Amino acid sequence: MKSTILKTATSYLLPILLLFSVFILLRGHYHPGGGFVGGLIASIAFVLHGFTYGTENTLKLMRYHPAVLIPAGLALATLSMFAPVLLGLPVMTGLWIDEPIPVIGMVGSALFFDLGVYLVVIGVVLTILFTITQYNE
Amino acid sequence: MINNYLILPVIAHLFTAVLLLFFWRRTVAQRIISIAGSFIVLLAAIGLFTRVWNNGILVMQAANWEAPFGITFVADVFSSSMVLLTSFAGLAVSLFSAAGVARARMQYGYFPILHFLLMGLNGAFLTGDIFNLYVWFEVIIISSFVLLTLGGRKAQLEGAVKYMALNILASTFFLTGIGMLYGITGTLNMADLAMKVPLVGHRILVDVTAIFFILGFGIKSAVFPLYFWLPSSYHTPPSAVAAIFGGLLTKVGIYALFRVFTLIFIPDDFIRTLLIILAVLTILTGSFGAIIKRNIRRMFSYLIVCHIGFMIGGLGLFSEVALMGALFYLFHDMIIKTNLFLIAGLIRQQRGTMNMEKLGGLYAEYPRLSLLIAIVLFSLIGIPPLSGFWPKIYLFEAGFMTGQYILIAAIIIGSLVTLYVVSRMWADVFWKRAPLDDTSPEDRFKRMGIGKKTLLVTPIAFLAFISLYIGLGAENITAVVQRIASEMMDTTPYIRAVLGKS
Repeated sequence: MKSTILKTATSYLLPILLLFSVFILLRGHYHPGGGFVGGLIASIAFVLHGFTYGTENTLKLMRYHPAVLIPAGLALATLSMFAPVLLGLPVMTGLWIDEPIPVIGMVGSALFFDLGVYLVVIGVVLTILFTITQYNE
Repeated sequence: MINNYLILPVIAHLFTAVLLLFFWRRTVAQRIISIAGSFIVLLAAIGLFTRVWNNGILVMQAANWEAPFGITFVADVFSSSMVLLTSFAGLAVSLFSAAGVARARMQYGYFPILHFLLMGLNGAFLTGDIFNLYVWFEVIIISSFVLLTLGGRKAQLEGAVKYMALNILASTFFLTGIGMLYGITGTLNMADLAMKVPLVGHRILVDVTAIFFILGFGIKSAVFPLYFWLPSSYHTPPSAVAAIFGGLLTKVGIYALFRVFTLIFIPDDFIRTLLIILAVLTILTGSFGAIIKRNIRRMFSYLIVCHIGFMIGGLGLFSEVALMGALFYLFHDMIIKTNLFLIAGLIRQQRGTMNMEKLGGLYAEYPRLSLLIAIVLFSLIGIPPLSGFWPKIYLFEAGFMTGQYILIAAIIIGSLVTLYVVSRMWADVFWKRAPLDDTSPEDRFKRMGIGKKTLLVTPIAFLAFISLYIGLGAENITAVVQRIASEMMDTTPYIRAVLGKS
């Protein structure tokens, strides 16, 4: 789409949306939000970019095909689910560090699970949407 | 007490599936990983079964939440033996798929989805939470839908739409039933439900909820009158997929019926009569359907429906002997039905068709292979010492004790029809001279290398061997089903193991 307003807006919106998606991801443990919603917002950022500059350019910007994110995210989620077993606790038990890290807050295995979900959602949504767009082009 | 061991058959499939996703387009690596993964799961399942057999029920509270509040995983003898049988079938299908599934399908994620499906099955068997059971059912449906449509031929899509529509309907009934159950008792943990449901004063409401569960699981396990999605969808996918579907997917519905109706709703007279009527009609419609079908896989599909009735009937009789018979039949059926569809796949590789009219002369060409297949077919019919024979003895005994002569008659008719259609198939496919006809496609099996041939025949021989063991080692199987049946009649050990109190 050739619109100067959209192009200018997108170059500002892309980083802001990505930052916002990370914010949503991090606040998700106790408040509304989390990996799924965060992942959707992040993929909206890329979809908007693809809408403005064309899917080819977005893929170039991302360097890796989004489909790579699916196994990576699943592996991260699975490992964080399985990690407590190594300490002799049941599967999926939340492991937490004692002191909160500044800005991020409390870090635990649940965060890595959510991060995995975040990556899987981005991967799935972008793979589906980009496949449809490229099929039409 | 923490028992992470019992979740291993689920986790191992999950890891295998994730690992397979990293090798998306590399089909050779995928085959090796899939077989290795299935083998590891089989070892884990054997370990789980021996532990449960020796030490009693294992319990794991996921995420360390106490029993009625968190999700509980429970392995008693019933669930661990189901996991064990699933792993046998899973390994066989992994092996068969390595040679029997087209490369194009593998490139679109056949193996990862297969392992997600097997993970869903193991999860459904091991969970002790009724809502979690629903979630595992969803995992199974989604994976099976992908497997059914992979390839995208028109017939496949037609079958898949029927399959999906009926299964969504079944899930809706199931979910509604769960909602009602939660409304009545305020809990979802099966052991907790087992204590609270008998205390509910409003019995009619409990019966209505029970009927929702019968409907939901009944559709999934292809019980009359909602069985028709099964024969119209199972003949479309590749044989390896059909084997998993025919051997395991309907049995998960049966498992859920047995679990729910021995633990949560103890069947009263009304439910028992209903189950027996359903069983009789299922056996009759299934067997009549099998008579008229001339395609091997369609015929096998109707035989699945017919034999589901045997197990439902056993549940309807609801005595220890009847449950023993039904469980024995369930174990026999899981292995034998998986194997039948693999055999159908092998015949297709050899002849390019599954139409009995066009087949013939297999015995003359492959005498040793035919004898192997004959063992499987004899087990299916239940020629005395083989595996199909023993469960029927128990079912007859239980039927005579309770005076359910109609059910006995239906089982006899079902067995006779099975005998008839299988012997007709034997005569048509193996003995009859192959019809002379220039259009018959070449024998793909003959041109394969020794490696591929081994991959196709080994799983059939492996499952045939297990069937033989179930028949000839009936003593051991009887000990297992007897213990399961007594655990079903007296559920206090289960409840005590989960809730940690009496």
